[in-house]
Amino acid sequence: MVRYLAKGYLWALLVLLYSPILIIMIFSFTEAKVLGNWTGFSTKLYSSLFAGNVQHSLVSALWNTFAIAMIAATVSTLLGSVAAIGIFNLKARARNAVSFINNIPMLNPDIITGISLFLLFVSLGISQGFTTVVLAHITFCTPYVVLSVMPRLKQMNQNIYEAALDLGATPFQALRKVIFPEIRPGMISGFILAFTLSIDDFAVTIFTIGNEGLETLSTFIYADARKGGLTPELRPLSTIIFVTVLVLLIVINKRAEKAKRA
Amino acid sequence: MINTFSAFFMRRRNWTIPYVLFLAIFVVIPLILIVYYAFTNDEGMFTLVNFRKFMIHPEAINTFVYSVGIALITTILCLLLGYPAAWILSQARFNTSRTMVVLFILPMWVNILIRTLATVALFDFLNFPLGEGALIFGMVYNFLPFMIYPIYNTLQKMDHSLIEAAQDLGANPLQVFIKAVFPLSMPGVVSGIMMVFMPTISTFAIAELLTMNNIKLFGTTIQENINNGMWNYGAALSLIMLLLIGITGLFSNESSDSANEGGLI
Repeated sequence: MVRYLAKGYLWALLVLLYSPILIIMIFSFTEAKVLGNWTGFSTKLYSSLFAGNVQHSLVSALWNTFAIAMIAATVSTLLGSVAAIGIFNLKARARNAVSFINNIPMLNPDIITGISLFLLFVSLGISQGFTTVVLAHITFCTPYVVLSVMPRLKQMNQNIYEAALDLGATPFQALRKVIFPEIRPGMISGFILAFTLSIDDFAVTIFTIGNEGLETLSTFIYADARKGGLTPELRPLSTIIFVTVLVLLIVINKRAEKAKRA
Repeated sequence: MINTFSAFFMRRRNWTIPYVLFLAIFVVIPLILIVYYAFTNDEGMFTLVNFRKFMIHPEAINTFVYSVGIALITTILCLLLGYPAAWILSQARFNTSRTMVVLFILPMWVNILIRTLATVALFDFLNFPLGEGALIFGMVYNFLPFMIYPIYNTLQKMDHSLIEAAQDLGANPLQVFIKAVFPLSMPGVVSGIMMVFMPTISTFAIAELLTMNNIKLFGTTIQENINNGMWNYGAALSLIMLLLIGITGLFSNESSDSANEGGLI
């Protein structure tokens, strides 16, 4: 009895959580401009989203989002990993100080990070656009990379790096052959985290994107929603994004479960 | 030249330097700039006028108090709805699969604006009026996963022998929960509260979308001022928000030092 009640509660919550997304998915298969009007089954919204001749502005916003996420995640992974190795070798007091500052972007609300960077760019007279968005994303992504690489360094045997140097390796070789293989899993999870954080971001982006017409997915949706009418093509796009994330997460989880059992 | 360069990077602690410079430029200086702008006027002269403006401006104060209220209600609702869910998910006897857990945390990976617009679509579909009710529902819908996940994590890692001990010593299920399970899950609860309260207090855009621009939250006030070129006043409002968040953070640190054990990552 309790068991059914418990399961029932979970399913009720899931229905509540997913009903908005389901509505969007269902109405992505009809042509009506206004959501909620069912004018018969159609995949026209999907084809007009990817129509070859007139590329939808939504698609270019999507490409910008991916480009920014790719650059920001790559740079923060490199910067954060090098920094983690350095921080790990600092003396306790300096290490605590750097770790404290490293925590600030994670604890700050997005809006504060966004405004503080906006003030930095206007004070320096830098015009805002693609570069400033990438810099801002690196700022809030790198701390997460540092945090995911750090445990790997702690688990590593400290003597093997010294051994490599004693055996005549240059510091660069020792880094590549000894440290890098050890911290690689941390770097990969840091990269994935940075990538998703960057794709999801809205608050920091809106303050650093300037007004030269550059749009990411988030700012496009925001501008669109403020105009009142939502582009109908958002429905198929959201559906595609949602299904992709769902499949990816379930696959990753199944693999993790299998790895655990093996 | 190359020798001094490589000698410099021989010392691995020097590898911190690029990132320290980066942090100084993109984290420390920008925060100092918020303080600087908050305490100066357009000509760069020291002034407290920005804070006075907030104090004597009933609309700004009202928005601030209202936002704190909405954030508190959202946090409490998330806790009341999320705790039982996290508990059921963590109990082996209910035989819930990992996939179920994934389904609960999945919405965290969907863009917050898309999630909000989906909620708006649902309300439109059901002819539910957009307003305060919609705002609170939308916030709970957006942030519930952030409450469930950390609580689930601590409940799952919990030492079950303590619960068995309580049962053996004759505690009834309610007593076991109040005296053993709930106190042990506190780190997760605290980190869940932080993860819901902090974003709700600072959101903008979401409230506008959910209420057709009828209800303004503090985050929106800040954003509007910055957008309209009122940088000094906007910076002062940001500083007030930072202060509130700092106080909340201190409070949660005191109640649990191991709060990040239940954290997201």
